[in-house]
Amino acid sequence: MAFLLVGTGGILGALFRYQLSKWIGERLIVSFPVATLFINVTGSFLLGLFTRSLAGWLPQFGPSPMLLFGVGLCGAYTTFSTFSYEFIILLRERRYAAALLYLASSFVFCIAAGGLGLYGFPS
Amino acid sequence: MAYLAVAIGGFIGACLRFVISEMIGTVHGFPLATLCINVTGSFFLAWFYTITLERIPIHPHLRLGVGTGLVGAFTTFSTLTVDTWKLVEAGMYTDAALYVTLSFVLGLAAAGFGYALAARQSRLRFQPDFRKEG
Repeated sequence: MAFLLVGTGGILGALFRYQLSKWIGERLIVSFPVATLFINVTGSFLLGLFTRSLAGWLPQFGPSPMLLFGVGLCGAYTTFSTFSYEFIILLRERRYAAALLYLASSFVFCIAAGGLGLYGFPS
Repeated sequence: MAYLAVAIGGFIGACLRFVISEMIGTVHGFPLATLCINVTGSFFLAWFYTITLERIPIHPHLRLGVGTGLVGAFTTFSTLTVDTWKLVEAGMYTDAALYVTLSFVLGLAAAGFGYALAARQSRLRFQPDFRKEG
């Protein structure tokens, strides 16, 4: 049962990330990895929010909502490996300023977003 | 078809992460599972994307399924973020700083190594064998 919930969330998260990356990639003709940054920031916020509030919103379902939306969806939607790969590509292209900006903004914005999700909406 | 590949990869990646998280979890409160997941995933993705670009051509949908789907779903930035805040909340500031630093340093280093390995493997293929001409 846990596998099905995590797996379903995994499917939804991966598909959403894929579609969003395509959508952003088509509309923003920039060579900075904006899509992954946006995905990781919004995903961090959502996981923070779900971690804090999901049990309160859906108390009757026990741990299931967190497995589906938190572990499954948010976990699959955000991606550390693509972030790492894109950083390496920026380095390979000798775009050191862009790489540093990507690293710093990912760290600052994702930590901030996670904190906002966790603590920004007291229940 | 691309969506199916990403979906299948996403399912497998998420379940794989779930299994490893349940097995390893935290060691003395330190989120070792997520650290290991992100580092190995970063290494593999960089290697996989590079090797399939430069040496071993595979179908674009398979590349999507494994890369975007499986590895993308396997690694997670959001859990890294929330785990860090949990450490801070528990007053484990040193562990929080160590966790973030290790995640970024090891993750990016792993990706760099994966890329370099694949690039080297790609180069080796084209080395002429002069011994055959002797």
